[in-house]
Amino acid sequence: MPQFVVLWTDALILLLVVLALGFARYAAGRPHLRGPWRRVVRSRVGMGTLVVLGFYLVVGLLDSVHFYPPASDDDISGQSAPGEVMSLFDSLVPELRMRRETTYSAPLATHLYAKETIELGDGTATRGFARLKFGGAHLTDPAVEKTGDLIRLSLSGLLKGVAFSLVVGNLILMFLAVRAGNSFGTQAKHVLSGRTEVPWRVVLSTLGLMFVLIFWSAELASKYHLLGTDKVGEDVFYQSLKSIRTGLVIGTLTTLVMLPVAVLLGIMAGYFRGWVDDVIQYVYTTLNSIPGVLLIAAAILMLQIYMSNHENEFNSLVERADLRLLFLCIILGITSWTGLCRLLRGEALKLREMEYVQAATAFGVGHLRIIVRHILPNVLHIVLIAVVLDFSGLVLAEAVLSYVNIGVDPTMDSWGNMINSARLEMAREPVVWWSLAAAMLFMFTLVLCANLFSDVVRDAFDPRLRDSR
Amino acid sequence: MSDALPLLRIRNLTTHLGSRQRPVRAVAGLDLDICQGETFALLGESGCGKSMAALSVMRLLPPSGRIVDGDILFGGSSLIDLEEREMRRLRGGRMGMIFQEPMTSLNAVLTIGDQIGEAVSLRDPGSRGKVRQRVMELLRAVGIPDPERRTNEYPHQLSGGMKQRVMIAIALAGRPELLIADEPTTALDVTIQAQVLSLLKDLQRRTGMAVLLITHDLGVVSQVADRVAVMYAGQIIEMTDRQRFFDQPTHPYSQKLFHSLPGREKQGSRLDVIKGSVPPLDQEFTRCRFLERCERAGEACTERAPVWQATGTRSGVRCLLIGQAQDADGHRAHRSPAVMQSRVTEDPPLLKVNDLRVHFPIHRGLLRRVVGYVKAVDGIDLSIYKGRTLALVGESGCGKTTAGKAILQLVKPTSGSALFGGHDLVKLRAAKLRRQRADLQIIFQDPVASMNPRMLVGDIVAEGLRAQMGEGKGAVLRERVLALLNQVGLPGDAVDRYPHEFSGGQRQRICIARALAVDPGFIVCDEPTSALDVSVQAQILNLLKDLQDQQGLSYLFITHNISVVSYLAHEVAVMYLGRIVEYGTVDEVLGAPRHPYTRALLSAVPTIDARDRREVIKLEGDMPSPANPPAGCHFHPRCPHAFERCLSHYPEPVKLSATRTVSCFVVEAERETRLQ
Repeated sequence: MPQFVVLWTDALILLLVVLALGFARYAAGRPHLRGPWRRVVRSRVGMGTLVVLGFYLVVGLLDSVHFYPPASDDDISGQSAPGEVMSLFDSLVPELRMRRETTYSAPLATHLYAKETIELGDGTATRGFARLKFGGAHLTDPAVEKTGDLIRLSLSGLLKGVAFSLVVGNLILMFLAVRAGNSFGTQAKHVLSGRTEVPWRVVLSTLGLMFVLIFWSAELASKYHLLGTDKVGEDVFYQSLKSIRTGLVIGTLTTLVMLPVAVLLGIMAGYFRGWVDDVIQYVYTTLNSIPGVLLIAAAILMLQIYMSNHENEFNSLVERADLRLLFLCIILGITSWTGLCRLLRGEALKLREMEYVQAATAFGVGHLRIIVRHILPNVLHIVLIAVVLDFSGLVLAEAVLSYVNIGVDPTMDSWGNMINSARLEMAREPVVWWSLAAAMLFMFTLVLCANLFSDVVRDAFDPRLRDSR
Repeated sequence: MSDALPLLRIRNLTTHLGSRQRPVRAVAGLDLDICQGETFALLGESGCGKSMAALSVMRLLPPSGRIVDGDILFGGSSLIDLEEREMRRLRGGRMGMIFQEPMTSLNAVLTIGDQIGEAVSLRDPGSRGKVRQRVMELLRAVGIPDPERRTNEYPHQLSGGMKQRVMIAIALAGRPELLIADEPTTALDVTIQAQVLSLLKDLQRRTGMAVLLITHDLGVVSQVADRVAVMYAGQIIEMTDRQRFFDQPTHPYSQKLFHSLPGREKQGSRLDVIKGSVPPLDQEFTRCRFLERCERAGEACTERAPVWQATGTRSGVRCLLIGQAQDADGHRAHRSPAVMQSRVTEDPPLLKVNDLRVHFPIHRGLLRRVVGYVKAVDGIDLSIYKGRTLALVGESGCGKTTAGKAILQLVKPTSGSALFGGHDLVKLRAAKLRRQRADLQIIFQDPVASMNPRMLVGDIVAEGLRAQMGEGKGAVLRERVLALLNQVGLPGDAVDRYPHEFSGGQRQRICIARALAVDPGFIVCDEPTSALDVSVQAQILNLLKDLQDQQGLSYLFITHNISVVSYLAHEVAVMYLGRIVEYGTVDEVLGAPRHPYTRALLSAVPTIDARDRREVIKLEGDMPSPANPPAGCHFHPRCPHAFERCLSHYPEPVKLSATRTVSCFVVEAERETRLQ
């Protein structure tokens, strides 16, 4: 039985998942919230991006279950050094994690990227490209066999992917047919001709595409380094996948931190007006006039000093990195609540003059109840839109902050750190481009999907667009 | 057809909105002709498709709308298959349009001179000087005083009536042959409405343009229209000339419309109502569209849809009952014996308001110093007796709504007192006031805005109960809510539905149920019917009257609608710029108004009875700003009788009878001469 470790961010992610489920339950009972979501679900772009985001989410969640691997399990291979925390995701892809080269190698390479002195069997040394320890190690003569091997692996990956997609697709179709009370054939016809309310055709094709991609990369990654290795020989593909969690944590936990503050203060300022409004406005204009990066740098540097002074308080490197990540979320939250707060203040100013609020006052309903019953439900859609829109901005912010070294811990995998290290690699001759490219690719996909999705959400919640559709 | 082709001929116009699978048939086979120089009124309740018909003519339908069938001939050429480029030249050129809301039709960052100039240079391009000259001409034509100065002003510096004049000037820039006016005066006050309507009439006389007037107001129709077409559920159901329409409406719906209008002669009796509401337009009609609401509907009506029956060259009606005998009177008013008790003066008033003032400070500058006050309510005295209705009448901006809210302490009064049940509400502490609130309730103008769209109707009605009596038992609470809904004539299953599922009239009923929940003795009704259609208005007025009879409620009825006042009120207070200028019983004030403002106000109200056409006392200009009221009598700049003393002193109220006071020097002088 592995010993589970709950890191701070893990706990908060759990909390977030619980909150999201709770909100879903709440929204399901309320047509004014259910309606727009139904519109999201019926949008092709919305569903397509949702599927892609779903894969990111699965990786992120798998990566958020941490434990000490049981010592008895695999101690012969020495898979993990004692005391090192692993995540569920790590244990699913041990090869990716453990196959470490000595230094840079290009994607799908069999040899190192730079010449180095190789000691030959007879004791003499020569300069050349050394064979990789793992990448393409099964080949005897890479120059001859590599192309054929790659094609074979690709084909088998693609085939497996297609087969798996077909199985899953048919299962979904079967489920849909049973639910709609149709025969399988008619249901399939409906779905494939795009006549269902929820665009299942898009869902199925996106799913299929993702499965094919996954199987293809899994097949290749089992024998090669799909996206090459970095300076210390770590697999870049693995790093990119691990970075997903960092990105998601920054994008979601930050909003969790800032949301209560922004919502409470914003509504209070707008509802009570007078001196309450003055104080809150004063606070956020002051905060807004301090450059955010400066504030973040100061906080992170202070945290760094604290951590180096109290090193023995942390059980592992992972815990330390995690604490820094959490602080980054908090400080990002502190600098980013003002926008939403200002928005909500304006909305509350408008709502407090609404006649139903006055009617409530005329009944002698207390302030707290008015806020909870009348104001809050009517600004919820704004909060939702803000959260979804902020997400991609925060993911990008992490990359920028890590680039200037005030982001997440350098030992933590993140796209920002990958890009940061690429700074040196780009100056090398020949150029090492794959770290940067991989980080960009993964981040781009996530941010693009999040942006498209948030557009759909915003449109669905925007009452002005509702009638023109 | 005796003469040549009419200016605008619409044949079988069919306009659909929304999805193709289940379209909303906003306009279903519209036929009409408009001749040169004629005012054609398209009359109908909200949602009957009259605006959509106008937008179809202009080809300005919203993105989801489309013309499915029919033909529109304008001056002999078809508009349906005109290219967009050609159409654009026509719009604002030979065809002008003005909208209901002048505030949103003007660009706030351009001077009105620029905006009119834009339209002018588009139509007759020329040198700058010429354009300017034409702008002046137009401004003068629409009766804007001092056009040289006004051209350089921005829309926010103009009043609503002025803005509507500017909109008309822009429409006139293209020298239109047809002007489509979509509810051009609905957003304006009666005195301003009178100005704009007479301006339209005057312009028409001078330029010979035709006007398609879209309105829901029978009074407006009677004042300016030559021909009238009544629209119902996407179809014209009756078309005739004005005289015949007002003398002898043929269609049951038109007849009902007249009978549901409140008025003085109907005081003490119930108003005739049209039951139900307009049917949803997303269905195929196979029967008469008015069937469910028609009291005269017979067997034949359920079998087929009525076809158009011409009753004259350009008139006709869409009803199967035409030619059948109808009740001699036509309207079966349920006249109950008048229950107008005279006031029992010994009773102390339920609510006594003394010298109530609400001044809003105006902050200016960096330090937000107070530089002045908007005197929204500037010292009013009112007495409201048990079981009676006091109407507070005035134009928008006169402070009547603020006065109502200040009495309920929803707006903090600056000074004065409001005595209710032995307490001065102004001085009550928060906790005590909260308990007292059960006795004083309010019904708002807009039933959409006055209910939280996120709450179930049951919760909305129960809100007051919960606040006043604690959470209570769920079952007891629910029972009480059901009883309340039943009382206002709503089905019990309304409890678990949301406000948006109800029509305007039903929503107002919910609001009334909510106010009744806490068993109040006094309700402020803030224009409760002005957002509703005439037929629905009658339902609500009946309900309010019944409740008063049954429960002895007292109302403070805030309104600008004189006919509602004359129907419902016992006493009337006329407000102008924060002060009451005339106060008395309804017969005194409406029957023989004394204050010049009251007289002007009453004369400006359009009447539907053409024989009873009064001379409209035209008031010059607009109401001044309450931030900077004129010295002396507030009314003197607009008063036709003002003399020297009015410029410097505010007249004290003159008591003319036990119940009546007027604040006017002219009245005072008259009384003194009579006494001498």
